[in-house]
Amino acid sequence: MTALVIRGGHLIDPAAGVDGLKDILLKDGRVAEIAGHGKLKQANGAQVLDATGLVVAPGLVDIHVHLREPGQGYKETIATGTAAAAAGGFTAVAAMPNTIPVNDSAEITRWMQAPERGAAIRVFPIGAATRGSKGEALNDFAALKSAGAVAVTDDGHPILKDNVMRETLAAAARVGLTVIQHAEDTRLTQGASMNAGPVAFRLGLRGMPTEAESGLVERDIRLVTELRDARVHLHVAHTSTAAALAAVRQARRSGLRVTCEVAPHHFLLTEEHVGMYDTNAKMNPPLRSAADRNAMVEAILDGVVDAIATDHAPHAIHEKEVEFENAPNGITGLETALGLSLRWLHHEWKMPIGRVLSLLSAQPAALLNLKGRGTLTVGSFADVVVFDPKAEWTFRARETKSKARNTPFDGWTMQGKVRWTISEGRIAYSGE
Amino acid sequence: MNSTATPVRRQFHPPPVPASPFPYNPGSLLSAGDLSLGEISHILDRATFLENQDPLVRDRTLAKRRVALLFYESSTRTRTSFELAAKGLGADTTLVSSLSSSIEKGETLKDTGLTLRALGAEAIILRHNSSGAPWLLEAETRLPVLNAGDGMHEHPTQALLDLRTMLAHLRPGVDKVNAETLAGVTVTIVGDILHSRVARSNMLLLPRLGARVLLCGPKELLPELAAQAGPGIAIEQDFNAALRQSQAVMMLRIQAERLAGLQLNLEEYKKGYQLTGQRLAEHAPTAIVMHPGPIIRGLELTAGVADGPQSVILEQVKNGVAIRMAVVERALTSAQGGRG
Repeated sequence: MTALVIRGGHLIDPAAGVDGLKDILLKDGRVAEIAGHGKLKQANGAQVLDATGLVVAPGLVDIHVHLREPGQGYKETIATGTAAAAAGGFTAVAAMPNTIPVNDSAEITRWMQAPERGAAIRVFPIGAATRGSKGEALNDFAALKSAGAVAVTDDGHPILKDNVMRETLAAAARVGLTVIQHAEDTRLTQGASMNAGPVAFRLGLRGMPTEAESGLVERDIRLVTELRDARVHLHVAHTSTAAALAAVRQARRSGLRVTCEVAPHHFLLTEEHVGMYDTNAKMNPPLRSAADRNAMVEAILDGVVDAIATDHAPHAIHEKEVEFENAPNGITGLETALGLSLRWLHHEWKMPIGRVLSLLSAQPAALLNLKGRGTLTVGSFADVVVFDPKAEWTFRARETKSKARNTPFDGWTMQGKVRWTISEGRIAYSGE
Repeated sequence: MNSTATPVRRQFHPPPVPASPFPYNPGSLLSAGDLSLGEISHILDRATFLENQDPLVRDRTLAKRRVALLFYESSTRTRTSFELAAKGLGADTTLVSSLSSSIEKGETLKDTGLTLRALGAEAIILRHNSSGAPWLLEAETRLPVLNAGDGMHEHPTQALLDLRTMLAHLRPGVDKVNAETLAGVTVTIVGDILHSRVARSNMLLLPRLGARVLLCGPKELLPELAAQAGPGIAIEQDFNAALRQSQAVMMLRIQAERLAGLQLNLEEYKKGYQLTGQRLAEHAPTAIVMHPGPIIRGLELTAGVADGPQSVILEQVKNGVAIRMAVVERALTSAQGGRG
């Protein structure tokens, strides 16, 4: 494998505490050397990328994506989803198990990682917690882990039964896996298609109450408390309500290993963006009230939130061109996460760029124990994103690398344009 | 809300919500809230004019123009009156209903709409069981779309015909409306507010003309946030107290088809909210009694009230034809780019 030198860039590696002008040598898929500008010792013969004026950072890590394979290649494939990820600056994604069939076996977990899938960047499968994600019988977590799964979840089919969730948390802890819960008490959300409240009433749509999320988060935290096992790690997926964040905040104060992620749409958009039934504003959890949205930003700035994750959920165009109630949940997010985070969290709300990048790389990598990812110390994987932090650009859904175009951010101004994404030493994406 | 939620200390303002692009077509009637007071006056005015016009002359208004009725739900009043209205103006109409068309074979609303447009439909009248369906149809076809009831959302022509009925009794001789036309009038809407598109359209329309709208019904069918739907709307749980303040009472049917597992004790409901002759005589002896239909005698109101002297239910039906003539005419004569 050829060696690569990234020269003259501003290296920001929050996990390593590095923030300065550096040259980096990447070799054999790893970071081989880091030195002051012009001071690399072993760079002879390497391909040189000129990063003058650009930020060089650990490749981004998205711990919540839907790549739709196996089973729904018409929406997205591992190849197209990871191409979109690379274009968005991501070098690792964790793929949810709600595939067809559900990824509840070592066999499917391996299939997803096979070279034949044509992934542009590293894919880490997340295994289903229960057989067929039916919330009853636990899967073999040890087998899933040895096949490469980095966590377990039933995602869109949250585990409602106390005893099954308790067993899931305990069994996952024994093999060192995180349990991710899509916190939604589905008994409170039947037939609902947006946030409960005045907007849902006005639009004549059944609403999902915030308690459906916070109630299940509180239940899960109670189970973690009762287990009294320091290895138990509960991760709350796509937190969308102030009450759920308050519960996570409280759990952390009590010393529990409870983490959470927030999606860009939940810190930027509210239920008002549903407009007159825009199906690209339909997702689960739904867009919430202005107060909840504000609480997301506040919690991100306060450090309560451990990761920004996109919940990239591609759908075919025709699936979203239907009545709001009948449209599937979800939006794409891999190509807009960095641009929106820099534009709003950093530029508008003054979060230091290193902290924004940490939420998009170092912290999610650490959360799922992805060794050698999310940082650029010597010996780490050569997963790098190089971007122009000042460049403003407009995201166009029709230009996406994803198969899908279901995004509410079409036409939005982004900040920070990806120049190169390097996955394990290989250029996975090259922008203008 | 959870009491442990941290109070918001700082405000982080996000990008503004973009303005709605609807309606795309100036002839559309999607929401009662889309109409200006001037447009409402114009529709009322045209309804009266067309109703009184010689049918043989009126027949030339939209001679041989093509109007499609697309119905995904059963309907007696709305379908028939739209059809009579369009035919009364000389238009050719065609009815597509979900049970006797390719909709049964899985054709989407988008494709059905595009097919009707290709067949020459110049406007589509849509009744649909999903809230928001008319917005989808209008966005995809860009034709004038008349909302004939969408899910639990809106039924704007019902609100207009209700308005015409109220004006005839409470403001006789008035056919131009302004922000004070119904000042001093209280209209109570009773029953299944949660699932009612008639309630939502009236809540959008009546307060803009100065009326006060009282909502009355059991908690399961009347969420508190209904009062936040707009100005001039309040909740009064006590039916008798609401009646005593009202010049018009609008009774709603319990929408069994939309209860979605909600358990309702009908005997309790009748005790609290059935409009009986005695209740009416005691608390609202001069109010008009309205109902969008279909009525269920013996449930939301007694047969005696339905057939009694204060009932204007059949007048509402009759006004439906006049109002719908006016909105069908508006659909096919509003120039693209300018609002009629």
